[in-house]
Amino acid sequence: MSATHKIYFYPVWLRVWHAINALGILILIITGISMQSDMDSNVIGFNMTVNLHNIAGVVIFVSYFAFFIGNLVTNNGRFYLIKMKGFFKRPIKQGMFYVWGMFHGEKYPFPLSEKRKFNPLQKYFYVLVMYLAVPVVIVTGLALLFPEIIIDKVYGISGVFMTAILHSAMGFFISIFLIIHLYIASVGKSPLENYKSMITGWHHV
Amino acid sequence: MKRIIAKKKYCWILIISIALLSNLSNLHAQSYKNAQHHQCLKCHSNQTYSFKNEVTNKEVKRLMNPYYILDTIAMSAGVHKGFDCTDCHSSEYQAYPHKSTLKLDPLSTCLDCHGGDEAFASYKFDKIQEEFKKSVHYKVYGDNFSCSKCHNQHTYVATARNSSNVLEIVDFDNKMCLSCHNDMKKYNLVAGHINPKLVQIHSWLPNQELHFSHVRCIECHTEVIDSLMVSHNILSKDKAVKKCVQCHSSDSKLKASLYKYQNLQKRSEKGFGSAILTNSSYTIGTHQSPTLKLLSIVIFLVTLGGIIIHSIFRILKK
Repeated sequence: MSATHKIYFYPVWLRVWHAINALGILILIITGISMQSDMDSNVIGFNMTVNLHNIAGVVIFVSYFAFFIGNLVTNNGRFYLIKMKGFFKRPIKQGMFYVWGMFHGEKYPFPLSEKRKFNPLQKYFYVLVMYLAVPVVIVTGLALLFPEIIIDKVYGISGVFMTAILHSAMGFFISIFLIIHLYIASVGKSPLENYKSMITGWHHV
Repeated sequence: MKRIIAKKKYCWILIISIALLSNLSNLHAQSYKNAQHHQCLKCHSNQTYSFKNEVTNKEVKRLMNPYYILDTIAMSAGVHKGFDCTDCHSSEYQAYPHKSTLKLDPLSTCLDCHGGDEAFASYKFDKIQEEFKKSVHYKVYGDNFSCSKCHNQHTYVATARNSSNVLEIVDFDNKMCLSCHNDMKKYNLVAGHINPKLVQIHSWLPNQELHFSHVRCIECHTEVIDSLMVSHNILSKDKAVKKCVQCHSSDSKLKASLYKYQNLQKRSEKGFGSAILTNSSYTIGTHQSPTLKLLSIVIFLVTLGGIIIHSIFRILKK
C-alpha cells in the first residue's frame, strides 16, 4: 500500500468563501424555484421568499468579489487557466474515464498534484460556472433588483422579461452544476474523502 | 329626347344631394377641428370669452371656468366626435347668455343611448351598471357618480379594445383614475376629504414606478368577473389585491383582466424568438416559457438519471 500524500489545496479563505457560496447558492436555488413555481403557500410566504432571495443574492455578489480578488492575488487563480494544447482531447479523456475507465480499473488520467488541482473536465466546468454563469446571474440579478434601469424593449420583447429568462436559465445551469459537482465529489479515494477535504483543507492524493 | 333631359336632371339632383350629405356628415367633425367657427367651442375651447352685455351695453371679456374648457383635438378623436353638443346638452344652450336654470336640467345619461341597445349589446352596459352599484364609488357618491366621472364623454377613446400597445392602454386607463385621485379638488368633491398620497400609500409595492406604468390601477382595485372586460366594481383599499402571486403566477390574474383583450392576446407573436419566448404569463423566471420549462425538466431528469445509472455501476463494480 503506497503512502498517501497530502496537499493543502484549500486555504482558509477559500474554504470560508466556499462555505458562504454553497449556503448562498442553496438558498438562491430553493427560493428561486419556489418563486417560479407559484408557491404562495410555502412555509415562509412569497414576500419573505423574495426578501431571502435578494439578501442571499447580495451576499453571493460580495462573496464573488472575494473569490475573484482571492484568485488574482493568490496562486489559486492559476488552476483555472485552460491550456490550448489538447483543448478538446483532455476533457474528453477525463469524461471517458468517468463513463468507462473507472469501471475497468484504468488509472486516473490526470492525477492531482501541487500543479494540478482540477482535472481538465472539472476545470472547464468551474471556469464556465465561476467566470460566465455566476457573473451573468449576478449582473441580471442586480438588474432585476433595479428593473427601471433595464432597457424597455429588445427586438420587440420586454427587456425585463429577457433579463428574467437569462437570470433563471443561468440559475438553472448553476443548479445542474451543483448536482453534478456534489455527485462527482463522491468519486474520490472514498465517497466522503473530498467532502472532508473541503472542511480540513487537505487533499489526499 | 325629353327622357334624356329628365334623366340628366335626376343625375344632377343625385350628385348635388350626395355632395350636400357628405358635407353635412363632415360638418361636426370639421367644426370640432375649427373650434373658432363652432358656435359653442368658440368660447368653450378658449381661456377667455367675450360678449356684449346688453344691460350696460358694453363689450365684456371674461375668464372661462377651467372645467368648461374643452380639448378640441381630443374631442375630434373621441368616440363621440360625430355628435354635436346639443345632441346631449339642451338646445337652449345655443342662446347666450345661457339661461341660469339650464344647469338644473338633467343631462342625458350614457345609458339613455347605450343601455338596452342591440348595437351596444357586446359592451353589456346594463351589467356594468349593476356591477358599478357594488363599487366603492357608488357607495360614496351614489347616483351622482356618473360614468363621465371616469369616462370623459367628450374625449373618450376605446383604447383598451383597440390598441395593441400595452403601455398606451395602461397610460390611458390610469389617467382616468388619476384625473381624480391625483387632483385634490375633484377627489374632495366625491369623497368629502382630501385624497391620500398615492405614492406613500403604495410604498409596500416593490418597483412601484414600473408597476404604475405597466399595469392598470384596476388590475388590483377591481373585482374580476368573466362576463365583463372590466367589472366596474371598484374595490376599496382593504379589498384590493396585495399578493404578488395573484399576478406573478401561471394562473395570473392579469390573464383575466388586462390580457383578456383579444388585441393583446397575440402580442407575444411579435418580435424575434417568439416561438421559444412565448410570454404566456407573469411567472417569475424561465417558467414563463412552456418550452424552456419543459427543457429544464428534461435536463434535470437526464442529469438525475445519469447520476443514478453511474452510481449503480459504481456499486456493481466495487
